[in-house]
Amino acid sequence: MSDAAHKTWYQIFFRTISEHYQIIHGNFLGRIGFWVIAFFLFVAILAPWLAPHEPWEMQYDSEGNFASLQMPSWEFPAGTTHLGYDLLSQLILATRTTLIIGAVSGFISILIGANIGLISGYYGGKIDEVLMRFTDILYGMPFLPFVIVLIALFGRKLEFVILAIVLIIWRTSARVIRAQTIAIKQRQFIVAARARGCSDFRIIYRHILPNVLPLLLLYASFNIAWSIITEASASFLGFGDGETISWGGMLYELWLSGKTRVAWWWFASPSLCIILLVTSLVFVSRAYEEVANPRLRKR
Amino acid sequence: MNSKPLLEVNKLNIRYQTQDGEVHAVADVSFKVFPNEVFGIAGESGCGKSTLIKGIMRLLPENAKMDASSIKYKDQEIDSMREKNFREEVLWKQISLVPQSAMNSLNPVYKVGEQIVEAIQAHTSQGIKEARERVAELFDVVGLQSEFMDSFPHEFSGGMRQRAMIAMALALDPGLIVMDEPTTGLDVLVQERILRRILEIRKQIKSSIILITHDIAVIAEMSDRIAVMYGGRIMEQAKSLDLFESPCHPYTLGLKNAFPSIKHLDQELISIPGSPPSLLGLQAGCPFEARCPFSSDRCKKDIPEVVVKEKFHEVSCFRHTDAPELREHATKLSTWHY
Amino acid sequence: MALLELKNISRHFEVKSSLIDRFVYGRPISMIKAVENVNFIVNENEVLGIAGESGCGKSTTCMMISGLVKPSSGEILYQGKRIDQFDSDENRLYRSQVQMIFQDPYETLNPRFRVIDTVAEGPRALKLWPENEIVSRVDDILDAVGLSPLKYAERYPHELSGGERQRVGIASALVMEPQMVIADEPLSMLDVSIRAGILVLLKKLALERHFSCVYVSHDLSILGHIADRLMIMYLGQAVEVGPTRDVIQNPKHPYTRALIGAVPVPDPRSSRAVPNIIGDISRPIDPPPGCRFTLRCPYSDETCSQTFLKLDTNQSDKHLTACHRQDALDS
Repeated sequence: MSDAAHKTWYQIFFRTISEHYQIIHGNFLGRIGFWVIAFFLFVAILAPWLAPHEPWEMQYDSEGNFASLQMPSWEFPAGTTHLGYDLLSQLILATRTTLIIGAVSGFISILIGANIGLISGYYGGKIDEVLMRFTDILYGMPFLPFVIVLIALFGRKLEFVILAIVLIIWRTSARVIRAQTIAIKQRQFIVAARARGCSDFRIIYRHILPNVLPLLLLYASFNIAWSIITEASASFLGFGDGETISWGGMLYELWLSGKTRVAWWWFASPSLCIILLVTSLVFVSRAYEEVANPRLRKR
Repeated sequence: MNSKPLLEVNKLNIRYQTQDGEVHAVADVSFKVFPNEVFGIAGESGCGKSTLIKGIMRLLPENAKMDASSIKYKDQEIDSMREKNFREEVLWKQISLVPQSAMNSLNPVYKVGEQIVEAIQAHTSQGIKEARERVAELFDVVGLQSEFMDSFPHEFSGGMRQRAMIAMALALDPGLIVMDEPTTGLDVLVQERILRRILEIRKQIKSSIILITHDIAVIAEMSDRIAVMYGGRIMEQAKSLDLFESPCHPYTLGLKNAFPSIKHLDQELISIPGSPPSLLGLQAGCPFEARCPFSSDRCKKDIPEVVVKEKFHEVSCFRHTDAPELREHATKLSTWHY
Repeated sequence: MALLELKNISRHFEVKSSLIDRFVYGRPISMIKAVENVNFIVNENEVLGIAGESGCGKSTTCMMISGLVKPSSGEILYQGKRIDQFDSDENRLYRSQVQMIFQDPYETLNPRFRVIDTVAEGPRALKLWPENEIVSRVDDILDAVGLSPLKYAERYPHELSGGERQRVGIASALVMEPQMVIADEPLSMLDVSIRAGILVLLKKLALERHFSCVYVSHDLSILGHIADRLMIMYLGQAVEVGPTRDVIQNPKHPYTRALIGAVPVPDPRSSRAVPNIIGDISRPIDPPPGCRFTLRCPYSDETCSQTFLKLDTNQSDKHLTACHRQDALDS
């Protein structure tokens, strides 16, 4: 009798997934955000097969002429660069880079931020002091210059770009999650958990973490959005990864070419992509904000 | 109590519009309050007693709709009064309210005396000097030392703050004071003092008091007449003594069993199975039906009419004629839990 | 041998003061003496009630017994051994043997846990039994508290009423088969018609499962019904202890008399004496030595403010009072 009554772990897993789906879709903006992100994800995954041409291959148009600085047309829907490279292919492949950097940086930073926040908030005292002073020091670091210095020192590789972004971005989520941990740890069900014999570790990760999850996911989306912008900014200034292409990198190439005032299509497509993706992530995080802060919900 | 009623409420209904539908919080409530009496309204959370009084005082939120056959104060229809007139003439001057958790409604950044002076000046044309004298008087009546007029709320204990709120309610000499859970959250000794003081005040200024609480013991000690509410309706109302000696409604019988008394340590405690009903959506039949050991099919479909058994004793139950028998059965555990 | 014994237990808290107060004005650190030199024992299979108003230290005492707060001084002995000298195994055992039921049914359950997870949490955390045994014990205890596992095990707290939540709280405490249960005002936030049910349930389970209970409440009417022995506390001091019936019907200490006299009775026909007491309750910050009831007591004398007569723990069944002015009271 009892086995039938209790759900298995995968039933709970699916229920949680559907719960999150509901949260995002319950919100009008969240829904839009979700589908836009899904679209970009689709493009990123299938990038090599979707891109019609090689990104750094000189293209020739249907008449056999060198396709330099062409406006968007049927042949080259996003136009071409001054060297004849197909911008659409670049855009598609850059989607993959941008998403990888964004997702990886976002998740690592939230991982660090959440753990520091939870530990700092739960233990308080000396541990809290040390961790928070450390966070404060990092707060004093100027965002972009720090990223640029790191990359300048250690080279233009993908891993360093991710590292630099992560080091800056985890700070805000740490502070916020610490605050919520402090609020939750006073509540009676945490005292009850201690009375039942739970260890500190168990209380932090099994009891408190599920309750900060909405806030955490909110900041996860935020962090991903921030990572993407940071990466685009750094790349635009020439500090991005040399091997692969990203949207910011495309803008850098544009700037290098000196054709900024002329080739509006070259400017438009990567910028649009950045705006769309970041805005969608913010919309999704807004949906979580309603869960984390019930006062925002409609009556 | 042979005089004309001070407050007369007839068939009051209050409905809330919520996201999940309509909640019928107060249904067909009728009662009278006479001069110089304490009228107790007893009931659990969600039974509608607070909503009822907020409705009469016009303090309901926007999504609430109220309608009544009539609400009369001193023979004057106050139900149909215009908002402005009600606020200026009735609220605080004729009927005042000590709301629930009143002791937490004092503004922490203003002195207590100042807040009462402000309330007085808002409703009368008294100057500050006059108002302050009045506040000193009121402090005396409620048993607070007048030096505390210029203290801040955090310097007051819980009991003292509650007295301050009572003082505010008395400020304009109302004929009727409503107290919503005046001693909930206070310690026993403080509660005892405040309740005693309320009775003294009533002797002194001769206003009537409506006392709303879920604490049966408090209501038994303080009230002259009691109304028992459940699920938005009045189940039974009677003089205190009558209610305790010859209760008729099964809910009243259940409450008697469920309340431990310090005088009867051998009493067998019997709880009422189930829990208070949700008032969402269409309500058919008697609200107590699901938990009532004496219910019949009729109770599910029809709402019992109010039957007057004796003067001041009214019941809403189809089985009111079997009352003595029901009283017998109600004392047995097996009646309630089988 | 008593199951639990508290010897001269005290708990003091420092009042946080600003550096300016300390160094510029030279004010000494204020201490909140929440519990002061309290002695009592709890025997097997009995319910000890602890009564008192807010600030009397009863909740702090609960927390010290359950090990969530360490006493500032004194010893707590469980089955004869000091609990602060336990090794990790003994600590684990103590945890499973001494459980708590909390006051607020709306806060006592983790909103993210299903009922089954909440109840199973203790055994899982302490690794008492293998998982399938834990699940079957959870089902059993849910049945015992009146919640059918089929209906309730998968529910979340927001799908339960106050009474149901409190039953889950009771189940989570009892699933570990404790010897001692500490109940901190478990009924005060429930509706009146539901309280009786939970009270009767607790009484029945205590008898069936042979556990002792320390029941803390400010409501003497409830304590009268569930407690075998009753202890009264005032501002951190234990002032009277004895069999419940005796304490309630023949209170000895002036505070107890006032307290019992103040309890309203749900019967308009009965009357009660007006409590003989002066002033309002204060907070136990930097209290004077001696009996803390002195300033409000109509019978107090010189000695009262100097020394406090502690209750003698060893005479557990007798009706004792910490008042040495007993003759004055009885006349």
